[in-house]
Amino acid sequence: MSATQAQTPLVELRRISKTFGGVHALEDVDVDIYPGEVVALLGHNGAGKSTLIKVLSGVHPPDHGEIRVFGNPVRIESTREAKALGIETIYQNLALAENLDAVANLFLGRERYTRFGFLDEETMEHETRRMLDRMKLRLPSLRTEVSRLSGGQRQAIAIGRAVYFDAKILIMDEPTAALGPEETAKVGELVRELKAEGIGIFLISHDIHDVFDLADRITVLSHGRVVGTVRTSDVSKDDVLSMIILGRMPTR
Amino acid sequence: MTSIDLPRGHAVRLGLERLSRIIGIDPRLLGMLLVLVVIWLALNIATGGTFLSARNLFNLSLQVAVVGVMATGMVLVIVSRNIDLSIGSVLGFVGVFGALMQTEWLGLGHGYTWWVTSLLMLLLGTVIGAGQGAIVAYGGVPSFIVTLGGLLFFRNAAFQINLGATVAPLDETFQLLGGGLNGTIGAFWSWICGGLAIVAIAVSSILIRRKRQRFGFAVRPLPMEIVGIVLWSALVLVFVAVMNAYPQPKTNEPMGIAIPVLILIGVTLIMTIVARRTGFGRYVYAIGGNPESAELAGISVKFTIVKVFALMGLLAGIASIIITARLNAGASVTGTLTELNVIAAAVIGGTSLAGGIGTIYGAVLGAVFMQSLENGMVLLGVPTPLQKMVIAVVLVAAVWIDRVYQRSRT
Repeated sequence: MSATQAQTPLVELRRISKTFGGVHALEDVDVDIYPGEVVALLGHNGAGKSTLIKVLSGVHPPDHGEIRVFGNPVRIESTREAKALGIETIYQNLALAENLDAVANLFLGRERYTRFGFLDEETMEHETRRMLDRMKLRLPSLRTEVSRLSGGQRQAIAIGRAVYFDAKILIMDEPTAALGPEETAKVGELVRELKAEGIGIFLISHDIHDVFDLADRITVLSHGRVVGTVRTSDVSKDDVLSMIILGRMPTR
Repeated sequence: MTSIDLPRGHAVRLGLERLSRIIGIDPRLLGMLLVLVVIWLALNIATGGTFLSARNLFNLSLQVAVVGVMATGMVLVIVSRNIDLSIGSVLGFVGVFGALMQTEWLGLGHGYTWWVTSLLMLLLGTVIGAGQGAIVAYGGVPSFIVTLGGLLFFRNAAFQINLGATVAPLDETFQLLGGGLNGTIGAFWSWICGGLAIVAIAVSSILIRRKRQRFGFAVRPLPMEIVGIVLWSALVLVFVAVMNAYPQPKTNEPMGIAIPVLILIGVTLIMTIVARRTGFGRYVYAIGGNPESAELAGISVKFTIVKVFALMGLLAGIASIIITARLNAGASVTGTLTELNVIAAAVIGGTSLAGGIGTIYGAVLGAVFMQSLENGMVLLGVPTPLQKMVIAVVLVAAVWIDRVYQRSRT
């Protein structure tokens, strides 16, 4: 991936700070990602991973710092604005409306309308089918409530929803936590495909094997600060674990 | 109200689902219709044929209108994880306001009196609804509390604005909106409406079918599609025929469909489209299913809630016009406890108080169901307290049976 370093990063976060009631959730955090790159964000619970992705996905605008997308400084004040910039998030709890079907969930907040201003269910169903075919995923029916689907199928909808709308930057929060081995492998496959398409992926995972399998770089956070960013090829799993546990770069 | 809890409930359910596929309607709707038919037949036998007489069915259709109109809105309120306890009081308050508008401020008998009054009543209902919705959404006060306050406030406001005195009589044109002897459209126009409805059923079925075929989706076999259209059309024709079979006592002309019933049918159609085919409707269900995910999807949850309550207020305004016109009076006690009937109708119709689940047609059928029981018991001379006790038992039993049915699905 060294060639990509010459390009402009897809996203650059510079000196990002965020405080909640006097507690520094993030302090001077620097992170960036290049096209076709997977950057893993690691750290203990409360290290600031979740806050960082919420800053990027528009849920919590930062107090200080700069966000650049394609080199242009931007302000992201809402999830809508993040999506307009091509930043899509797959949340750990998937954030699906369980009572709605796959089609409704896929297009939630971005419905297609007919020229008379009504929901264009047929077009949405058609596009859902095409998207699932492309991802090589099968659902028993596009019209059953999501609550009746399996964990993997629900994950497929959550991922499909994120990548379908021309995502440039994808944030995946524990994408395999609720999945079996087969489905986990499928998600890994998908991540590689998306990489090949030039999408930048922020990956949050507790599974260090997954991380070494998929990530090009690893950024470790501790107490709201960046411990360090390393290339996966340059370090061992023990190095990364000691960064997470000790909160400092490995000495060698 | 979808299934009967027999030991062989499973078989009942499978049979229902197969039948519903053939006719092309939801098994739940079919189940409710079947239960309703059984109850109607039972009441008809118990009343010696009076219940299913044209005259009684005409009265029943009028009785359903007020609760039915509001139940369609209550579905969306409950689906969005809220409740509106104030609508009975709003009904009364808007009614007294509308009556005063005619008698005191506009004057009776002008050509414009009825429609200016009606528009203002709708506006008042909508504003009250939106105001309560804003307190719920932006103030963060639970809707139970806000509308409980609304219940107390508007019931007494209805008393206060005319110191409890009933306002009557009202404008003659306005009275037509309540049904009654002249408030029907007669045989000719009833048939025209029926004809239009059949054309609409056929055309929309064909259009949807074509569109699905164009996208390569599965469609039902053509004969079944035709059976479906014929069945629905037959239902429309039977309804019109029954309404026309009741002659007006004075002139002996057929009554035809009452105006409030037309209003209910129109409201039901529009609300079904709102719930199923608009972004707003989709968002209401999404919020009910998972408010957090709706927020993350970029939906403005708070504003949607305000709109839900505003819509509920508008429908309370419509219901207020109907009942005030029918009573030919604005009285401060009108609509007392109606909110409970409306909530019961929605819940009997399958709306889940946990939010996210409920249908418009279910709520209207729920209203028909409740009013049928009440109407039947009145015919049978059941004393009022006993009537209410029966309704209470039915409400709880209906939800219980529905729970059992839902559990058997998974």
